[in-house]
Amino acid sequence: MSEITQEQVAHLANLARIALTPHEIESLTSELGSIVDNVAKVSEVATPDVPATSHPIPLQNVYRDDVPGATLTTEQALAGAPDHDGSRFRVTAILGEEQ
Amino acid sequence: MAHHDHELVRLSADALAQKLASSEISAVEATQAHLDRIAAVDGEVHAFLHTAPDLSLATAAAIDQRRAAGESLHPLAGVPIAIKDVIVTNDMPTTSGSRILEGWIPPYDATVMTKLRAAGLVPIGKTNMDEFAMGSSTEHSAYGPTHNPWDLERIPGGSGGGSAAAVASFEAPLALGSDTGGSIRQPAHVTGTVGVKPTYGGVSRYGAIALASSLDQIGPVSRTVLDSALLHDVIGGHDPRDSTSLTDEWPSMADAVRRADVKGLRIGVISQLDGQGFQTGVLERFREALDVLAAAGAEIVDVSLPSLEYAIAAYYLIMPAEASSNLAKFDSVRFGLRVNPPGGGTVEDVMSATREVGFGAEAKRRIILGTYALSAGYYDAYYGSAQKVRTLVQRDFEAAFGQADVLVSPTAPTTAFKLGQNTGDPMAMYLNDIATIPANLAGIPGISVPVGLAREDGLPVGIQFLAPARHDARLYNVGGALERMLEDSWGHTLISLAPDLAPGEMTAAQEGAV
Repeated sequence: MSEITQEQVAHLANLARIALTPHEIESLTSELGSIVDNVAKVSEVATPDVPATSHPIPLQNVYRDDVPGATLTTEQALAGAPDHDGSRFRVTAILGEEQ
Repeated sequence: MAHHDHELVRLSADALAQKLASSEISAVEATQAHLDRIAAVDGEVHAFLHTAPDLSLATAAAIDQRRAAGESLHPLAGVPIAIKDVIVTNDMPTTSGSRILEGWIPPYDATVMTKLRAAGLVPIGKTNMDEFAMGSSTEHSAYGPTHNPWDLERIPGGSGGGSAAAVASFEAPLALGSDTGGSIRQPAHVTGTVGVKPTYGGVSRYGAIALASSLDQIGPVSRTVLDSALLHDVIGGHDPRDSTSLTDEWPSMADAVRRADVKGLRIGVISQLDGQGFQTGVLERFREALDVLAAAGAEIVDVSLPSLEYAIAAYYLIMPAEASSNLAKFDSVRFGLRVNPPGGGTVEDVMSATREVGFGAEAKRRIILGTYALSAGYYDAYYGSAQKVRTLVQRDFEAAFGQADVLVSPTAPTTAFKLGQNTGDPMAMYLNDIATIPANLAGIPGISVPVGLAREDGLPVGIQFLAPARHDARLYNVGGALERMLEDSWGHTLISLAPDLAPGEMTAAQEGAV
C-alpha cells in the first residue's frame, strides 16, 4: 500500500530540517518503503470502535504553585551554546534574501 | 592489602557494600579496583565513553571521610556505579551516543543522579549506547560499538550495551540503563546479567534525554537480582520535576528478593513467545527454568496475547513519531554541534547542515519515518492506528493478568548475534525486540534474569518476567527465587563462566601483594 518516492523523502527531510545527500535520500527511500510495508498492518485491527491510547498509565495534568522554582542561571543556560553574547543565544540570519 | 582488585571487582554490590560498611575496605579501594579493571579490559570491551578517575576517587574519598567521622551512611555508600550516557550528569560529558552532543557537559543532574549522589554511590563513568537509544546492538553509537564480554565479536545488546557489558565484565557492580523497547532487558539477556524496566513513572525521567516519552523508563542493571533491587530502592519514587512520575508509595524491592518464594504463584507462559522464531537453545533453557519454578510450587499456566503480532508494528510507528518530535530540540542553537554550510545561510540552513552531520544513519531513518507517520494524510492510518493497537495490547495484558500473577517468556528470540550481522537490514534488527516491546506499550514492569547458556553456541540466555503496572516487587520475588534455585543447582553463578578478559590480571595482583 505504501509507495515511498524519493520526492517524498526529500520533502520529509526538509520538514525535519536534515540536509540529506542524494545518496541518503535514495537509500532511505527503499528502507522506508520496506519498513512502512511492515508496519502498515496496524490499520488491519485499528477499527473505529477501538479507542486510542496516548499514554500507558492514565494521569491528570500536573500543576504546581505559581511561584519561582529552582532554575538555571543565564550563565548555565548559555554554557553549552555554540555561540552567545553573554546574555542571549546568537544565531545567523532568521530570514533569507528572498523573504 | 588484604584484598586484590581481582577479587574486589567480582563481588556483588551487596557484598561490596557490606565490606564497605564494616570498613574492611574503603570506598577509594573499591573505586580504584574498578578503575584498574576498566583500564585492563575496556580497550577490548569499549563499555565506557568517558571515565573521570580523579573525580570518582575524590567522591569515594569523601565517603570514606564521612564514614570515618561516624556518619550514618546509606547501605550502598561507596559502591561504584556506571551511568548510561543518556542520563545527564553535571560533572561528566553526556552525549547519548551522538556526535551532535559530543563534549557537552549538562548544566544540571538528572534526578536519578541526585538520588545516587545523596545515597553516596560513586559514579565511575558514562556507558556506550546506540545513538539516542535507537538500536538493539550499540552498533549505532557514533563512538563505535561495545563488544560482548562473552565473545568480543558479538553484540552486547542495545541500546544499553555499554551498561550491560560494564557489569558483565566486572568494570562496575551496578549501572543505570534506560528501556524504551527493551534497551535494559535485551542487553541483560545477551550478557548473562540482570536488568529491570520499572513501571512507567516508577523512576523519574527528569534528565534522561528523551527518545520516546510515552515509552522511556530508567532502570537498574546488575549481575544479581538483589543488586538491581537495592538500586531500584535508591532511584524509585515520586519526582515533582517529572510530570509522568507516579505518586505511589513503593514497597522495598530488596525485601521482595530476600523473602522470595514462588509457592502458589501463578506464572503465565505467553503462547505467542514460546516457539516459532526462537532459537532452540533459548527455548531449552527457558523451559528448564519453568520446570524449576514448577518444582518449587509455582503454578504454570498458558496465556495468550493475540494482538502481539501488531505490537512491533505499532511500536515502530509510535517510537519514531515521538523521537522525531523529541529530537527537534537539537537545532544548533542552545547546545551541541553547530555546522555552518559553505557560504553561510539562514538559521534553518545551519540547522539542516548541523543535523545532517550530527545525526547518524539510524537517527535519520527514525526521524524521517516519524515525520512521515505524523504528516498530514497519513496520521490517521499510521500514528492513529498504532495508538489503537496500544489499547488492544493493554487489553490483552489485562486479560492475561486475570489468569496469572506474572507472565513469562524468553527475553529475546536469539542469543547475541555477530557484530555487523544485522546492520544492513533495519527490519531484521527491529524484530529482536518482539518480546520486550509489549511491556513498554502497556507501561508495565519487566525483568530479565540469566537462566543458562544455549547448547548450540554457549552464549547466555535470559528469561523475562512481566507484572501488572505498579507490581514491580513481584518481579523481584520471582526473579530472586529463580536465581537462587538455579545457582544452587549449578553450584555457581552464570557470570562466573564468562571468559577471563584479562588473564594476566590475577598474577599481577598476586605479585603486587607480595
